[in-house]
Amino acid sequence: MTISDNDDGGGTTVVAGTTGRLTQWSTKRNRWIDAIGISAAIAVALDVYLGIWVTPPDKVQGNLVRLLYIHPAIATVALYVAFPLAALSSALWLWRRTRSPFFDRLAVASVETGIFFIALTIVTGSLWGRPVWGVYWTWDATLTTTALLLLEFLGYIAIRKSTADPERRARRSAIVALVAFVDVPLIQSTMVWWKTLHQKATVLLGSSSQIHGIMAMTFALSFLAFGLLCLWMIINRYRIEAIREELEARRMEDAINDRIAESNIRVDDLLAANTAPANTVRSDI
Amino acid sequence: MAPFALLVLILFAFALGPDRTPLINATPGLFWVAVLFSTMFAIQRSFSLEATEGLHDSIILAGIDPAGFFIGKLLAIGAELGVLEILTAAGIIILYGAHVTSMLVLLFSCVLGTIGLSAAGTMYGALVSGMRLRETLLPLLFLPVASPVLIAGTRSWQAGLAGEHISASPWMWILVAFAVLYICVGVVLYGPMEDM
Repeated sequence: MTISDNDDGGGTTVVAGTTGRLTQWSTKRNRWIDAIGISAAIAVALDVYLGIWVTPPDKVQGNLVRLLYIHPAIATVALYVAFPLAALSSALWLWRRTRSPFFDRLAVASVETGIFFIALTIVTGSLWGRPVWGVYWTWDATLTTTALLLLEFLGYIAIRKSTADPERRARRSAIVALVAFVDVPLIQSTMVWWKTLHQKATVLLGSSSQIHGIMAMTFALSFLAFGLLCLWMIINRYRIEAIREELEARRMEDAINDRIAESNIRVDDLLAANTAPANTVRSDI
Repeated sequence: MAPFALLVLILFAFALGPDRTPLINATPGLFWVAVLFSTMFAIQRSFSLEATEGLHDSIILAGIDPAGFFIGKLLAIGAELGVLEILTAAGIIILYGAHVTSMLVLLFSCVLGTIGLSAAGTMYGALVSGMRLRETLLPLLFLPVASPVLIAGTRSWQAGLAGEHISASPWMWILVAFAVLYICVGVVLYGPMEDM
C-alpha cells in the first residue's frame, strides 16, 4: 500500500481507530470551508481597498492612521480568539472526560494561527511605531507582553516538534499551552507596573471616541475580515494536522507490514531455499 | 554550583568594567539573572539524577502522591538555590562593595522569588525530562515564563538596596502571586505529567 493510493480522499481508508472518519472529512473539499475562505478573501480585499483608497488621512497622523485598519484587528484575533481557543482546547484535552484527538488538533491549529497573527501584530506595530513614537521597539508593557507570549508559544511548537509519540506529544503540548496561558495575566500586570507607553483601547472608550463615518466602518470591517481569515486558517490547519496524523499512522502501518513481509520471506527462504529478492519489498515507496 | 556564583560575579565585573558605580547600579539585575540561570542548572541536575538511577520507577512504586513529590522536589531545589543566593549576595557585598540598607526586603524577595522559580522550574523540568532536546527546550520554555520573577525580584532588590521599603511592596505581591500560581499548577498537573 502506498500513500499515493489515497490522494483523492475516497477509496481505501485503512487507518487505525483514532483517525478514520475525521480524516475522510479533512481530505475532501467542503463547501462551508470554501465559503468561509472566499468571504474572508473578499472582506480582507474590501478592507484593504477602503483602508488605502477610500478613507481619508487622519488630521494628526496623516496616512499612518491606516494602520488602524489592520493592527487592532489582528492583535484582537490573536490575543482574544486564537490563544484562548488554544488554551481551552488544551484544557479539554487534559481533562479525561473530554479527551479526544480533536482537541489536540484544534490546539495546534489555533496556536500556529495565533503565532502568525501575533508576529504580524508585532511587525505592523513596529512599522507604525517608528514614525509615530520615533522607535521601532520600546520596552512598553503591551509590547513586551506580546513578545513574551510569542516566545512562549514558539516553545509550544518546539516541544511539539520534538516529541514523536502522539499521546505524549498531545499531553506535553497541552500542559505547555495551559501553563503559558495562565502566566499571561501575571506578565501583563508586571509589565504595566514596569513601564507603559502603548495607547489604551481608545476606540472603545465611548464618549471620547473620535472615529466615525467610513473610517469607523472600515475599522469594524477589519475585525470581521481578520476574524474570518483566522477561522479559515484554523480549520485548514486542523485538516492538515489530521492528514499528517493519518500519514504518520500509515507509515507506521507500512513499516510493520514490511517487517512482517520480510520475516515471511525469510521463513520461506529457510523452508524452500527460495531466493526471493528482499529489496523488492519496499520498492513501492 | 557555588563556584559558579563566584564566577558569574567576576564575569559581570569583567563585562561592566572595574568601576564600582555601574556595578552597584546593575547589582539587582545581575543577582537575579545569576539566580535564574542557576535555577536551570539546578533543575537539570535534579532531573538527570532521577533519570540515571531508575530512581523514578522506585518513587512511583513507593506510592508517593505526585503532588507531594512535586512539593518535595520544589523544596530541595529551593534549598539549593537559597545557599547559592546567600553566597552570591555575600559576593556582591564583598566584591562590589554594595551597601545594604534594608536586609529584610532582600531576604523576603529572595525567599518568595526562589519558591516561585523552583515551582515553575520543577514543572518544566518534569515536562522535558526524558526528551532528547531537553537542554535546549528547558530555557526556551522556562525563561519567558519566569520573566515576572526577574522583573519583580530586580525591582524589590533596587528598593531594598536603596532602603525604600514602600516601593518594594507591589513587586513582592507579584512574587507571591507567581509562587502561589505555580505551586497550584504544579500540584494539579504534576500527576498527569508523571504518566509520561
